[in-house]
Amino acid sequence: MSEQNLFKVTIDNITIEVPAGTTVLQAARLIGGQVAPPAMCFYSKLQGSGGKCRTCLVEVSKGSEKDPRPMPKLVASCRTTVMDGMEVKNITSEKVIDARAGVVEFLLLNHPLDCPICDQAGECHLQDLSFEHGKSETRYEFQRRTFKKHDLGKNIQLHMTRCILCYRCVFTADQLTNKRVHGILDRGDHAEIATHIEKSLDNEFIGNVIDVCPVGALTDKTFRFKNRVWFLKPMDAHRDCPTCSGRVTLWNRGDEVYRVTARKDQWGEVEDTPDGKPGWICNTCRFDKKETADWIIEGPREISRQSVIAQGHYAGKIGTTKPNETFAAINDGRKPHLLMDIHDESEVNQPNIHLGKIQGPSHGDTFNTNNTHKA
Amino acid sequence: MGVKLLLDKANVPGIRSYEVYRREGGYRSVEKALKEMNPESIVEEVKKSGLRGRGGAGFPTGMKWSFIAKPEGVPRHLVCNADESEPGTFKDRYLMEFLPHLLIEGLIVSSFALGSNDTYIYIRGEYAWIPDILEEAINEAKANGWLGKNILGTGFDCNIHVQRGAGAYICGEETALIESLEGKRGNPRIKPPFPAIQGLWQRPTVVNNVETLAAIVPIINLGGDEYAKIGVGRSTGTKLISACGNINKPGVYEIDMTISVEEFIYSDEYCGGIKGGKKLKACIPGGSSVPILPANLLLKTAKGETRYMNYESLSDGGFATGSMLGSGGFIVLDEDQCIVKNTLTLARFYRHESCGQCSPCREGTGWMEKILNKIEHGKGTIADIDLLWDIQRKIEGNTICPLGDAAAWPVAAAIRHFRDEFEWHINNPVLSQTSNFGLQHYADPIHVPA
Amino acid sequence: MTYTFNETQMAEFNRLVARYPEGKQKSALLPALHLAQESFDGWLPTELMDYIAGLLKIEPIEVYEVASFYSMYNLKPVGKFIFEVCQTGPCMISGSDDIIAYIQQKLDIKPGETTKDGIFTLKLVECLGACGYAPMMQVGKIYKEHLTKEKVDSIIAEYRATVTK
Repeated sequence: MSEQNLFKVTIDNITIEVPAGTTVLQAARLIGGQVAPPAMCFYSKLQGSGGKCRTCLVEVSKGSEKDPRPMPKLVASCRTTVMDGMEVKNITSEKVIDARAGVVEFLLLNHPLDCPICDQAGECHLQDLSFEHGKSETRYEFQRRTFKKHDLGKNIQLHMTRCILCYRCVFTADQLTNKRVHGILDRGDHAEIATHIEKSLDNEFIGNVIDVCPVGALTDKTFRFKNRVWFLKPMDAHRDCPTCSGRVTLWNRGDEVYRVTARKDQWGEVEDTPDGKPGWICNTCRFDKKETADWIIEGPREISRQSVIAQGHYAGKIGTTKPNETFAAINDGRKPHLLMDIHDESEVNQPNIHLGKIQGPSHGDTFNTNNTHKA
Repeated sequence: MGVKLLLDKANVPGIRSYEVYRREGGYRSVEKALKEMNPESIVEEVKKSGLRGRGGAGFPTGMKWSFIAKPEGVPRHLVCNADESEPGTFKDRYLMEFLPHLLIEGLIVSSFALGSNDTYIYIRGEYAWIPDILEEAINEAKANGWLGKNILGTGFDCNIHVQRGAGAYICGEETALIESLEGKRGNPRIKPPFPAIQGLWQRPTVVNNVETLAAIVPIINLGGDEYAKIGVGRSTGTKLISACGNINKPGVYEIDMTISVEEFIYSDEYCGGIKGGKKLKACIPGGSSVPILPANLLLKTAKGETRYMNYESLSDGGFATGSMLGSGGFIVLDEDQCIVKNTLTLARFYRHESCGQCSPCREGTGWMEKILNKIEHGKGTIADIDLLWDIQRKIEGNTICPLGDAAAWPVAAAIRHFRDEFEWHINNPVLSQTSNFGLQHYADPIHVPA
Repeated sequence: MTYTFNETQMAEFNRLVARYPEGKQKSALLPALHLAQESFDGWLPTELMDYIAGLLKIEPIEVYEVASFYSMYNLKPVGKFIFEVCQTGPCMISGSDDIIAYIQQKLDIKPGETTKDGIFTLKLVECLGACGYAPMMQVGKIYKEHLTKEKVDSIIAEYRATVTK
C-alpha cells in the first residue's frame, strides 16, 4: 500500500490512518475498545453482509477534507467507507446513543428473552448488546411473534423466535457451500429463516452457520442442553483434517469434549488461519470429533477477562486474580485516550481550580476553618 | 385552463393507437433528439428544464442523468419505474393506460440520452392489463421504425421490455426495483454504490418514474428553457395530480403548479369541492407517506399566505406546519373522517409492505400498527400517544431505505396536528366506537401573529 | 404431481427469458411465476416452483424466497376467482369497510377463506392504485371500481354464472 492511499479518519476524537476502502467500522475496530460500534449483522468474512441491523449507526460530522459537509443521516458504519479527513462520532454522539437504544429495543421487541434455556447464553451478541445499550423494561405489551417450527436435520437446531434476521447464515450457505437450501421466506415482520419444505442442512461446511449466528437462532444440536458455555474450558486444538484447516476450539469439561467450534476473534468472528484464509471448519470436525484423542491440544484459549466464560478458569491471564497489567499493556500499547474534555463542556471544572475549593454553600476551607471540634 | 403538456391530447379519440398519436404530432421529439441533438445536449436540455423526479422525491432529473457512469464496454440501462403503489397515487396508471405512446416516446429519447440499448419498464403486478397495452404500443413503435436496430438511420439500437412486479410497494424504491428486476426479493440495497454506478446487473442504471419520462417529450419539443418558464420557482413544468377521497370529482389532473390548493379543491375544473357539501377536515397532499395537514394549514401557510400546488409552497413551514408535493397523490378527508382510523390503515399498509430487512422498520411498523389499533378500538392510554411519537422518531432516518420515513411521517403528522382527536378517542372509549370527533377547529382560520 | 408447460406456455416462457442478457435468466423469475400460477391452478405448489427453478437453472430456495415475498403469488390453494378488496386509507374513507363486510356476509366466508364450492376466495389487500375510483377490488386481471352493494351482487352473479354454465 503506497503512502497516498492512506486516509486519515477521526472517530470519537481519535485519529487513525487506514488504507482507502476501509469501512468506518473496521477503522473503529483498529482503534478498539468502546470506539468500535457494535455489529449484529456485519461479518467481515462474509461478502455482502452488513447494513441491516442498524446497531452500528454512527454520525459523520465531517464528510471529508474535500467536502466537509456532515452527512444528513446517521450511517451504517459497516457499509460506509472512510474518506480522507472524515470525522465520525460514535459514543460521543447523543444522536447515535439514542438511535442505538432504539435499535436495541426493536431487536428485543419480539425476542423471547429465553436466555435461561438458550444455549447461546454467555456468548450471545444480543445479550452483550442489551447489557450495554438496552433497558431493563420493555414498552411492548403485545404478544410476541411465533413461527411454525422447522427441523433443519440432526446437527443444527433452529429457534426462529430468537432470530434477528442478520442474513449471515444465508451468506454463509451461499459462499461456503455449493448449494443453498435455506433462505429468507416471507417478508416484513413475518420474514423467517426456513427451507420451505422440510429439509435437513447437510453440506460439509453448513455447520459454520452456527458460528456466524449472533444469537441463539442456530445452535449445535449435538451440544443442545448439555452444558452452559461458562462451565466449559475452551482449548485450542487441531487435527489433520482433509476437508478443512482442522484448527478449532474445543469446549471441555475435564477431559470430555462437549462442543467443537471454529476459533473466534475478539469481534466474535472466525479467526484467520496462518495462510490468511478464514478458519471455517467442516461438519466432521464440528459434530463428529468429540473425543480428546481426536485432537492435538495446543493449550487454553485466551478469553476476554470481561466475558462470563472467563469466570474462575485460569488464574493469571484471566479469571479472578487481580490483573497487574497496565492499561496500555492490555490496550495494545495505547495510552488511555481523552474521548471528551470536560472543560469544553463545563465551566465548573477548570483545571486550575481544586474541586473542593469551588465556591458554594460550603467547601473544604469552610469545613477546615469552622471545624471547632478539632482543637 | 392551465397549460397542459402531457394530457393535452388525452381526450382525442383513439389516441392510444399509433396512427392517431403520430397524426397528433407524436414522436416528433424522437426525430429532433436523434437527428438534431446528441446525448450530452439532451441531458443539458433536461437540466435547463428544471424537471424534478415525479415519483415523489423530486430530485432534479438532469442531475440524476449526469451522474451515470460510462465505463468502456459496459452496457448501461434505463429503467422506468411504473411500480406506482403509494396510496393515493394513480397518475402513472392513467398515463400508461390512455397515452402509452407518450411514455414510449419519452423512453426512446431518454434511452438515447443515457445510452441504454435495453430499457425496462417495471410495472406493478396488479396493473395486470396494462403490460398488454404497453407491449402493443412497443410493437407499433417498432413496426414504424422508432424502436429496434439503427433507429432513424442513426445507428442507435433500442428495445423496450415490460416486466410485471408481483405485489410489493417496496419495489417502487429504485434499488428494490432493480433487485426485483433481477428476479430476487425486493430488498432495497445498501447505498452506496448508487444505481448510477452499479445498478441493474451491476451496470450503470438510471431509474425514473413514468411521468418524469413522459415529461421528456415536451421538454425536447419546447426546449428546456421554454419548459422552465411554465410553473414557478423550482417547480417547473406541469405535474399530474391524482385526486381522491371525499371530493366530487376524483381523477387525474394536470396542473401547472401555479394554482392554489383552494382552487384545486373547490374549482369545477379540478376536484369540484367536497362531496355532499361537507366541510374539508384534512388532506394528505402528496401520497400517503407525506404529512397530513388540517384544512387550515392546507389552504394557508402558517404565515397566513395562500398555499399553492407546488413543491416549495406545499413544503413551506417544514414538517411542523407544512407537507410535501410528493407523488401528487392528493387524498381529501371530509368532516366525517376519523384521523385515528385513517392513520391506522396507513400504518397497517406500511407494516404490510416493509421488506423486513432492517430492524427499525421490520419491528417498528408493526408496533405502531398495534398501538394505533388499540387506540382505535377504545383501549388506548394517553401514554400510548407519546410512545407512538417515540417509536416513529426512532424509525425515521435510521433505516436502509425511505420506507421507514414513509411509515413514520404519517403517524408523526397525525399526532402533531390531531393530538386532541387521539386524546378524545382515548378518553371516550365507548363513544368513539360509534361516533366521530368531527371537524372541531381544524377548518378555522389559523391565527397569524402580527 | 409433476408440472410441465404445454407448447404455448413454453413459447411464452422462452419469450420472457429472451428479454434478458445471456446468463441473467434469473431475471425472468417474477414473470415466469405469474405464468406458472396462471397456467395451472392459480397457486404455486412446491413442485411447480421446483419446475420453474429447473427451467431457470437456479436453486429451488431462490424461487421459494421470491414467491413468498410478493403478495400476488398464492402459496396455498385458492378459489377459482379471488376477490382482492382494497382496504387502505383512500378506499377506507370511501367506504371499503362496508363493502368488505357485505362480501363476507354474501359469500359467508372470512378474509383469507374460500367458499365451500371452491369458486370464490376473499382476500384483503393493500392499495391497488385505484384510489380515485374507490371502493374497489381486483378479480383476476380486472379492476372492479366504484363498488356498491348492488354492484357486488352483480359481480358475484356474473362470475358464478361462468362456472355453472
